[in-house]
Amino acid sequence: MNRIDETFQALQGKRAALMPYLPLGYPTLPISRELIRAAEDAGADILELGVPFSDPLADGPVIQHATQVALENGMTLHKCIEMVQDARAHGVRIPLVLMGYYNPILRYDLKKFARDALEGGVDGVIVPDLPIEEADDLQDAARAHNLNVIFLAAPTSSQERLKKIGRETRGFLYLVSLTGTTGQRDALPPGLEEFVRRAREATSKPVCVGFGIGSTDSARRVAQIADGVIVGSALVAKIGDASSAVENARQFISELREATATAQLKNAPDS
Amino acid sequence: MSKGRFGKFGGQFVPETLMPALAELEEAFETARHDVAFQKEYQTLLNSFVGRPTPLYFAKRLTELCGGAKIYFKREDLAHTGAHKINNALGQGLLAKRMGKSRIVAETGAGQHGVATAATCAMLGLECIVYMGTDDIKRQQPNVFRMKLLGAQVCEVNAGSRTLKDAINEALRDWVTNVRTTHYLLGSALGPHPYPTMVREFQCVIGREAKAQLMDAEGKLPAALIACVGGGSNSIGLFDAFRHDKQVAMIGVEAGGAGIESGKHAARFADRSIGVLHGTYTYLLNDADGQIRETHSVSAGLDYAAVGPEHADLFESERAGYTFATDAEALDAFQKISHLEGIIPALESAHAVAEALKRAPRMSKDEIVIVNLSGRGDKDLQTVMSVLEMGD
Repeated sequence: MNRIDETFQALQGKRAALMPYLPLGYPTLPISRELIRAAEDAGADILELGVPFSDPLADGPVIQHATQVALENGMTLHKCIEMVQDARAHGVRIPLVLMGYYNPILRYDLKKFARDALEGGVDGVIVPDLPIEEADDLQDAARAHNLNVIFLAAPTSSQERLKKIGRETRGFLYLVSLTGTTGQRDALPPGLEEFVRRAREATSKPVCVGFGIGSTDSARRVAQIADGVIVGSALVAKIGDASSAVENARQFISELREATATAQLKNAPDS
Repeated sequence: MSKGRFGKFGGQFVPETLMPALAELEEAFETARHDVAFQKEYQTLLNSFVGRPTPLYFAKRLTELCGGAKIYFKREDLAHTGAHKINNALGQGLLAKRMGKSRIVAETGAGQHGVATAATCAMLGLECIVYMGTDDIKRQQPNVFRMKLLGAQVCEVNAGSRTLKDAINEALRDWVTNVRTTHYLLGSALGPHPYPTMVREFQCVIGREAKAQLMDAEGKLPAALIACVGGGSNSIGLFDAFRHDKQVAMIGVEAGGAGIESGKHAARFADRSIGVLHGTYTYLLNDADGQIRETHSVSAGLDYAAVGPEHADLFESERAGYTFATDAEALDAFQKISHLEGIIPALESAHAVAEALKRAPRMSKDEIVIVNLSGRGDKDLQTVMSVLEMGD
């Protein structure tokens, strides 16, 4: 069993997993390294680590900015894998999932990527511009190295597509809470509960919700209905470019952890 | 499982949110394509609104200058709004209306597609939002004003290289957000399936007309077709009707910018790298880490990092040949045909003319070349003026 499955199994029926997103290489390479360790200390259950791309078309302004800073800092996919390796060497034990667009992975070489990522301590990969129809090559490469390819589902996905995506995804199903790009919103989208219910009907795998979760209150409410809560832009905005980046992140992640841990579970999956 | 491939190129590399919208679009397009009423409406408007057929013009003085093959221009510059872009904008506009989408988003580089889309939306009563890079807004002021006059909202894109690529990113972000009410009216034969096929089908009228017109005028096929290639819609529109006529050479001309060795260009086939950008697997300019490279061209419409996937396949199968013209060569051609033929071409189209100037002298006098004069040059006067003044 891999780290992602173990994590969800351990949390099942207890609480939702807290899954912060950190753009690697932001605000600087050394601080980015520190942030991974701080996030685990502060209570992250799984970390999503962003691989920067020049044209992040699924991202809103906050992550676009962080991506641009990371690229200016010289961040590459190669260095992202090294950073994971470094985190493992420093004793980070939670699942680490890379999230990045397809072209840098393609350019790296899919087989080499799957091998290097797994050897470096990566547990899974999320590719926002790779729908199931185009994923055969990456899935083949990943399967050979037991790396999880995690797919996204959207509110526009039909029930039939949800089932297909649910079959293909490994580790968990990533629900994009809204039609739109990443970025914090004041409130949760109105149809979210219904969407999570549709996803649960389509798959028995853990269902995690991301995009637009902007506050501890939103995180608490998502934790009541989903198996995992993904927080990206709100955290990135808190980190800022400041020297207190690590402290800011630690504080916000602790608050999120507190909020998700005290959420009353409803709609928990039958086990 | 992948759809919409040209050989190994093409596909649908987009966020899941858009996959159902692409399926809906594909279905609507396939139905409309075979629907007599839709085709009739489209044809009628191509005549009365766009002004088709556009003429095929014999460039006598340019032919004499070159002293070789006879050079004909397909006059897409005479289409309404000044370029071939209107053929596709009109087709997709009608399709959007049929799909019940009342809001249109589009990207534009040179502004020609933006103007064509704005005009179409005004005529059809659709809301129109055009995304345009800050750098392009600067160099294509007249078109920005034109779009506004036509009732479109022009949104400035200040990210990345602030050109066409970034305008497409922003249009895609808008589409992802408003997908249920909005149609993305993509302006070139690129992006995810069904766009490359759909845009070609709305542009292939160029080649169909040119073929019939040349048969009337000369009673034979051309030896070569020449068209500039940014995303590749005017070129695929010209090529399509001739693809099975093996004796007709098809030549695409990319932007050579300041020269290939300078690294400042948009010649994707000169670079030979393959990857994924904006939903399609194709030849593109990227660095060793897979980051999309900044491109350069004096013409905003050719200033783009990826080429349409069907061109990638035509290149690989060697059915079409691809070359490039530098900024300097395009500017020279721009002035030559202004002087010799009384036609001021778009800087994009001047790249195709530049290739004709190189190629025609080496061909025999009984051979014929058709150059797609894809757009008119009014929008480029400011750019050309500043470049020529600097050169003085």
